[in-house]
Amino acid sequence: MPMLTYQRLPYLKAYIHVLAIMPLVYLGLAIDADALGGDPVQAVIHFLGKGALNLLLATLVISPLAKRYKEGLLISTRRLVGLYCFFYAVLHLVAFAWLDLGWDIALLLEELVKRPYIWLGMIAFIILLLLALTSPMWVRRKMKRNWQKLHNFIYLAAILTPVHYYLSVKSGWIEPIIYALLVVFLLSQRRKS
Amino acid sequence: MITIWEVNQAGNGMIIKCKNKSQASENDVIAEPVYQQRRQFLKQLGLAGVGLAAASPAQASIFDIFSGDDKKASNNAFVQSPLKLSGSKDYANGEIWTPEKKVLSHNNYYEFGTSKTDPQKNAQNFKVEPWTLTITGAVEKEITLGYDDLFKIADLEERIYRMRCVEAWSMVIPWTGFSLSEIIKKANPTSKAKYVAFETLYDPQQMPGQASSYLGGSLDWPYVEGLRMDEAMHPLTMLSVGTFGKTLAPQNGAPIRLVVPWKYGFKGIKSIVKIHLLEKEPPTTWNRLASREYGFYANVNPAVDHPRWSQASERRIGSGSIFSSKRIKTLPFNGYAEEVASLYQGMDLKRYI
Repeated sequence: MPMLTYQRLPYLKAYIHVLAIMPLVYLGLAIDADALGGDPVQAVIHFLGKGALNLLLATLVISPLAKRYKEGLLISTRRLVGLYCFFYAVLHLVAFAWLDLGWDIALLLEELVKRPYIWLGMIAFIILLLLALTSPMWVRRKMKRNWQKLHNFIYLAAILTPVHYYLSVKSGWIEPIIYALLVVFLLSQRRKS
Repeated sequence: MITIWEVNQAGNGMIIKCKNKSQASENDVIAEPVYQQRRQFLKQLGLAGVGLAAASPAQASIFDIFSGDDKKASNNAFVQSPLKLSGSKDYANGEIWTPEKKVLSHNNYYEFGTSKTDPQKNAQNFKVEPWTLTITGAVEKEITLGYDDLFKIADLEERIYRMRCVEAWSMVIPWTGFSLSEIIKKANPTSKAKYVAFETLYDPQQMPGQASSYLGGSLDWPYVEGLRMDEAMHPLTMLSVGTFGKTLAPQNGAPIRLVVPWKYGFKGIKSIVKIHLLEKEPPTTWNRLASREYGFYANVNPAVDHPRWSQASERRIGSGSIFSSKRIKTLPFNGYAEEVASLYQGMDLKRYI
């Protein structure tokens, strides 16, 4: 018998909400306490970017977990986690455009052209945007088979984001590589099934 | 080779340093406890939020959560002693200084960890006394200096310089020190002296980044840097022994470091133990790691982008809040073109990055 029942599902979802929002509360308090080091702008951008990446991995891990432990209902938390991932990605982008570039659109376009890692980030963001827009059930029903095709692009996003991360830092490939390996592992799990 | 004594006699060797370890540091005495309290609270909260996020920006953070930074933090903060200055000169056009707190907490010093906040955390027990700095190579008189000698090479003056990091952020910092040329002249360079090489202390026991490639970003140690002789002799090129009127904090490169205001910050090698004059261009740390990204010259140049990001603008780390941070245009040679552009006449600066 699966542990996750329809009665328990709302509790799990509530827990996910809390878990996903807590780091944002933490971030807000850290900004208030000026505890983000000398360059808080970069710290905030990285924090949100990493949050999005962590949630992307969390989204990918749900269905292998559900299969492995025969907890079918777990799948129904995937959309929630995925939407939080998108939410963090939006905040990450807003933080970049606002705190770093000060909404200077000309500068944003210039940066877009000059920084390959930003293309990668933007591609991943557009994918997440499309997935979020098509996440309501009625859209899914309308799209029929195309929905799955579109949503498979999450794998592309999952591959692009660690590269985006890697290219954005001066040196320090270890953490991005850890992320990349996790993605590869999760994808290989997917391939088997 | 001459001894310390001879150097002191040769130089304007007055005792300039006045040391008073009991004196409280000038850091925001009132605000600090409040911040500490809030930070303590955040740390506790941070443990609760493990599931999602890693708070600090760079790579060491994934595992920080498990270790907790309390262990690494030291109870005894490094003591910076006041320095007596012969004068102060502003080379930054009256721009607002970066607050001392940020100069002390936002550092690239991979010997103490790759995250910007690691050096402050991990360097507090760093020992600068005793210290030995040697000037060797293509010189008539090799020089060996001890810790106290570092402050007697020349009159100590304060210079306010812009500091532009290759990562596209910048600060305005009041350095204390003297022109590098002062010490080079004392060693009497021979005609073979075409370049100057510098070396940071190698001491993995004190520098955890040298002991662990995870913490230190897998650079080759010790850190080495270099300048062409005319760059080294330029009056703006400075050996710094202090900031904000006090001896350097270890995370800023105590006890002595290089400051070349028209070059990217990574040229400013820290905690120097060796200055070596030579005929050929010396290998330099970042250049060896990625020569396309970090050139030997590394002159600040808004027209030449880093292969992965633009160098046209920079984020000035100032005194304002996170919401008042602004980007400013990067200037050729970091605003020191008038003084130094002639050094590179006839050189293609797109090629010699």
